[in-house]
Amino acid sequence: MTAHNHIIEIRGLWTQFGDFVVHRDIDLNVRCGEILSLVGGSGSGKTTMLRQMLGLETPTRGEVRVFGTSLHGSDAAALRHLRNRWGVLFQEGALFSALSVYDNLALPLRELRTVSEEMIHDLVMVKLEMVGIEPRHATKMPADLSGGMIKRIALARALALEPELIFLDEPTAGLDPDRSESFVKLIQELHRELNLTVVMVTHDLDTLVALSDRVAVLCDQKVEIIGTLDEVVANTHPFICNFFMGERGRRALEAVRAVKAIMAMT
Amino acid sequence: MGDRCVLAGAWNLRSLERRLAEFERELARIAADPACGWDLRRVEVIDHAGAMLLWRAWGRKRVARLELKPEQAQLFERMLPAPPALPPARGFDPFFLPVFIGGKVLRVYDHLAHMLLVLGQSVIELAGLVRHPRGIPWRELSANVYRTGAQALGITALVGFLIGVVLSYLSAQQLKLFGADAFIVNILGVSVVRELGPVLAAILIAGRSGSAITASLGVMRVTQELDAMAVMGISQSLRLTLPKMLALAISMPLVVLWTDAVALLGGMVAARLELGIGYHHFLSNLPDAVPIANLWLGLGKGAVFGVMIALVACHFGLRIEPNTESLGIGTTNSVVTAITVVILVDAVFAIMFKDIGIS
Repeated sequence: MTAHNHIIEIRGLWTQFGDFVVHRDIDLNVRCGEILSLVGGSGSGKTTMLRQMLGLETPTRGEVRVFGTSLHGSDAAALRHLRNRWGVLFQEGALFSALSVYDNLALPLRELRTVSEEMIHDLVMVKLEMVGIEPRHATKMPADLSGGMIKRIALARALALEPELIFLDEPTAGLDPDRSESFVKLIQELHRELNLTVVMVTHDLDTLVALSDRVAVLCDQKVEIIGTLDEVVANTHPFICNFFMGERGRRALEAVRAVKAIMAMT
Repeated sequence: MGDRCVLAGAWNLRSLERRLAEFERELARIAADPACGWDLRRVEVIDHAGAMLLWRAWGRKRVARLELKPEQAQLFERMLPAPPALPPARGFDPFFLPVFIGGKVLRVYDHLAHMLLVLGQSVIELAGLVRHPRGIPWRELSANVYRTGAQALGITALVGFLIGVVLSYLSAQQLKLFGADAFIVNILGVSVVRELGPVLAAILIAGRSGSAITASLGVMRVTQELDAMAVMGISQSLRLTLPKMLALAISMPLVVLWTDAVALLGGMVAARLELGIGYHHFLSNLPDAVPIANLWLGLGKGAVFGVMIALVACHFGLRIEPNTESLGIGTTNSVVTAITVVILVDAVFAIMFKDIGIS
């Protein structure tokens, strides 16, 4: 049963905006429990790929199946059920600016209409604590928060419905190195603790190296290569060479190898 | 040895969702016996919601006899003995009423001061432009005239025509009673040219262009375009507010003229159908019935209304904060205020010019 091993299956995906082809006949699988990173140059269609997986774009041709359910052509009830099984962290957080932090997290739970208000309160507080936000911030409005806090609260909201799959769009963009570091740690912890599958779009090499089980490189309208970091780095495609073997890429890779070596020794 | 409660299967939100209340009751009943042992080792999946459900049933503490898998233990470590309360909402304030009213008064003052500031900056820019006419923002000006004037012709024509028809029919009914049919020209002429044309056009433009101006400035605030302009040293009043005010001062009288014409046309058609007054008769009597001063007054009002609408719209647009709620409130306030201001200014005009144009 492939459906059990593959949480997302993309078959023969074409995305076209007018005459402009973004994706040309792409096949891609996301395995259960892995952290998959999508990388590629600006305009290579990473974010569009993410939007395809979320059902926010309609494929020109081909099919996207998540949890074995086709995103297009399934009935509304199945899709609603499916949407409760994933969480999304948008690049800018996309918190509802009209609601307080608490209400932002409570909203998806209230939408279920079966959870009591007391239980919602407890669950919201657990989630806030999990992402390291103190309870005194719960009544604040998103406009009064810093970028780092918005990211963490948005992550907490993405996790509100106990999803099995979460999507992260540039999770560390706009955070300072220290915050990025702790955000990466947070995602690692949650991944371990909640047994999540993570699909991530990122530009940040450090995040990529630290988190990814597998990396998919989008380039020239297709998936150039998908595999573990070492397999991808070994590829000789010019974009990949530039991306990973440039000054910044080498530094990030060396750092992670050093850490791995130390860990292997101890 | 007490009883033992063995849990199995999936204890996650997805499976529990539908029967949460039922489970809550059942667990509370079992947990009422403190000696009861709990065995979670056969639970396949459990998440925060499932753990929280048990935790609450246990009275927010670990029960004495609890058997867990190691990964489940980690989950229960997150559970807190007491839920942290939200910061308390503010209680009753004895000074609520004076503070509320005072706040409102100060807000009005604040709005007026900012409006004056926007107006003043635009006047200064205008004075600068008189000295250096090469800096006149022609592109912005013509774009705004097109958007607020040319694109509004359809809706003002439709509304003007219908109002003309309605007014003419209703007046005709009354005039027939007195046999004063010929006065339809006076009634329609004076009311449309002096009053209805400018006010109708102003209300439509306030709803149409006022809201658009506020929203576009608000979005520029949200997307930091206003900040980008500021750091490039591009004057907001020169590029944004002044062109809008000038454009509305130019396009409003033209729209008023157009609305007048179409409303009179509507009235004329209705007068012919209802009273049998011919077009030629209507048109040739119009100049005698309506002194030309009324037209100038109407057009002048149009220009003033235009500037007021632009001023109010820019004022609210520039004060929008970078969030979606503020954008909605700002746009609503802008339109409501603009229409109120138009009617207020119209009343002032009516008093100031009460001796002019009506014989």
